[in-house]
Amino acid sequence: MPELETQRQIDAEIAATAHDYEQSGAEETQPRLDYAPYRSSILRHPTKDPHHADPEGIELWAPCFGERDIDPLEADLTIQRRGEPQGEKIVVTGRVVDGQGRPVRRQLVEIWQANAGGRYIHKRDQHPAPIDPNFTGLGRCLTDDDGTYRFTTIKPGPYPWRNHLNAWRPAHIHFSLFGTDFTQRMITQMYFPGDPLFALDPIYQSIVDPKARERLVSTYDHDLTQPEVLMGYRWDIVLTGAHATPLEQEDHQ
Amino acid sequence: MTATSPAPTLTATPGQTIGPFFHFALPFDGDRDLVAPGTPGALLLHGTVRDGDGAPIQDALVEIWQADPSGAVPRRTGSMRRDGFTFTGFGRSTTDISGRYTFTTLAPGGVDGGLPFFGVTVFARGLLNRLFTRAYLPLDGAEPDALLTSVGERAGTLLTERDETGLRFDIRLQGEGETVFLTYPGHSAS
Repeated sequence: MPELETQRQIDAEIAATAHDYEQSGAEETQPRLDYAPYRSSILRHPTKDPHHADPEGIELWAPCFGERDIDPLEADLTIQRRGEPQGEKIVVTGRVVDGQGRPVRRQLVEIWQANAGGRYIHKRDQHPAPIDPNFTGLGRCLTDDDGTYRFTTIKPGPYPWRNHLNAWRPAHIHFSLFGTDFTQRMITQMYFPGDPLFALDPIYQSIVDPKARERLVSTYDHDLTQPEVLMGYRWDIVLTGAHATPLEQEDHQ
Repeated sequence: MTATSPAPTLTATPGQTIGPFFHFALPFDGDRDLVAPGTPGALLLHGTVRDGDGAPIQDALVEIWQADPSGAVPRRTGSMRRDGFTFTGFGRSTTDISGRYTFTTLAPGGVDGGLPFFGVTVFARGLLNRLFTRAYLPLDGAEPDALLTSVGERAGTLLTERDETGLRFDIRLQGEGETVFLTYPGHSAS
């Protein structure tokens, strides 16, 4: 195995890219696919620009999920086993909307995460932190008619990885989202406010625009916090673009 | 911008990589079987996902979204609780140790007179945002559509090939034969 580089080397690469971005005057809102500080991206990013396509046919629609697909209990990650999981119990809620702010109704949201000690239930996770027998870290729900999702879970811990020496991921929850159009499909990560690892993390920093990456940081919301039960975090999600409703399509024909 | 899409007014939330640890979360029973194997007309849509060195990617996730054989867009729920009879048009497959994904499905029909294709989304550890592409059925003499024509000499990366089990569609993230990936109105460049 090659010797791992230091955090300082990664920091210097992150800083150089950030500097170039500031100088460019452009505004980017999504992560770069070609972002060498995240070493695994080097051979896994396309080198050619994506080709512009006007969505047609199936791309104007998205898969449907419904009550047949999801048990409402899957939105509570703290009741999947017999006992209470370890850690800080939280609720995470927010709205899924399109680029015009319209709610994405009755659509699937999937999450997965590490436990309070930063360990995933996954055979390839070698972090020696203990597995919590009462926590799987997997949740699903459907948004309601207002586009709102809501999960009850445990605040995940940061965890080490092998991108470079002493690399640690900021605590995060993975989110998988569908819209009303195929073209809105996305997977992302939600973070927690004030994490000291933000500046050091090449995955978070692959979104080179500071305003853009802050869109992945949830907000602590005391109104969601329940006395003596759990803490509340709010995080809203905007999907790319704006969909055309079938009615609008007819109007334009 | 198509006439049917009003300009977005909100900035989209950024994507992030799927990471290495999705295997306990995203797969579900029957995820890659849009129809039960042995269903009349069933075919295997399969291929290998490769990186810039041509090495297979063992921790990718491929999703397809497709019309039914008549060209109708499925509006049925139940992908995550397959009953063996409802065609939902959605499938999800992890890649295996050889980088291969597989779906058991039916050939899509063309929607609204367009060429038939599977909508394909690709996720992987090391890939910082999802990629979209199309896997067209073999043209069999049909004229290429506007997209295939505009892609030019790389259009072959968007075409499935018939083989003994069904249709093969390899995905190359980088390098020789790099797959044409798509961006749609409303997506930002990066």
